[in-house]
Amino acid sequence: MTKTDWSKQLFDDLVEAGVTLFSYVPDAGNKRLIEHAAERNDTTAVLLTTEEEGVAICAGADLVGKRAVVCMQSSGVGNIPNFLSFAKGGNFPILLIVSMRGDYGEQNPWQYPMGQAVEPILAAMGVAVIRVDHLDDLRPATQAALSAVFAAGQSAAIVLSQRFLGAKPF
Amino acid sequence: MRNPTLDRRTVLARIFPRPDRYLFVSGLAGPARDVAGLTGDGPNAFLMAGAMGAATSMGLGMALSAPDRDVAVVTGDGELLMNIGSLVTVASMAPPNLSIVCIDNGCHGETGGQTGHTSRSANLDLIAKGAGFTSSTVVETEAELENAATFLDTMPGPRFIQVRVTDGPPTGYKRNLNMAECRIRFRTFYRDAVGS
Repeated sequence: MTKTDWSKQLFDDLVEAGVTLFSYVPDAGNKRLIEHAAERNDTTAVLLTTEEEGVAICAGADLVGKRAVVCMQSSGVGNIPNFLSFAKGGNFPILLIVSMRGDYGEQNPWQYPMGQAVEPILAAMGVAVIRVDHLDDLRPATQAALSAVFAAGQSAAIVLSQRFLGAKPF
Repeated sequence: MRNPTLDRRTVLARIFPRPDRYLFVSGLAGPARDVAGLTGDGPNAFLMAGAMGAATSMGLGMALSAPDRDVAVVTGDGELLMNIGSLVTVASMAPPNLSIVCIDNGCHGETGGQTGHTSRSANLDLIAKGAGFTSSTVVETEAELENAATFLDTMPGPRFIQVRVTDGPPTGYKRNLNMAECRIRFRTFYRDAVGS
């Protein structure tokens, strides 16, 4: 599989699991994934103004038996902890797709503080971190996250590292 | 701008004369009590007691996922302003089955009545229109309240109503604050209602 195919594989696995709403704040890491969601008639891409909206959208979809995800850059994790109360306090199944900045190979110093806070914040709010460092990790990580969220009623984040995505050149 | 005269405890029953028709989401504090009073803390309402700013987005997720049902968000001015961008997202997605009612008392009633932005310069109706709502109105008189239900029934969605009320107390209603229980209750109600 070429490096550019991973978004399609992730998208197909999420759709196969019944995900219909793909909410997102645009990021280079989720660009193709969201394009796939916008192209199909049976999936919907929801452009957000802030990532926390997406967490609440997932909770609203769950109340009527549907499945949604939130796609964001790692900086967005800093915008959502209070809304993760839905997950920790109410057992709402929240699945985050997080594309990292501020880790492996990052050249922008502004990205490091939040990049380093992603995992502690998610841990504090009870969200399991399932990290993808290599292409071979992606499918098992996706299946693990889907099992945790939609079978076991937990919350999870598929964290796509810069080792996997490639660091943005400046 | 007129001084508000409407009592928040009376407005929802006039705006929603048939609450069983709707799936409700309410923001925390006063609006949650008012919706609890309207529905008898019913299973068709998910009422928050935290996550300030989440109501509109939760209603959007519900409306997009249940396109055959009417979804109503009842929020307060403070709750809505905490995530005011959510109005932009709703207008952008334009779900025809979503109505948002903001009970605007111009203050933060739950925390001691501190002055809110709508008592100063913020105009929620104009903000909604600026976000892209074509169906947005203000209810602040008895005559406007009389027409509010018709507005929801006849105007294309998504709809926004800013209801200006006095800073008096919300409906006194003891509701279930267990979020996990309320989630299961709502999901079970909805699943049984759609028969799947």
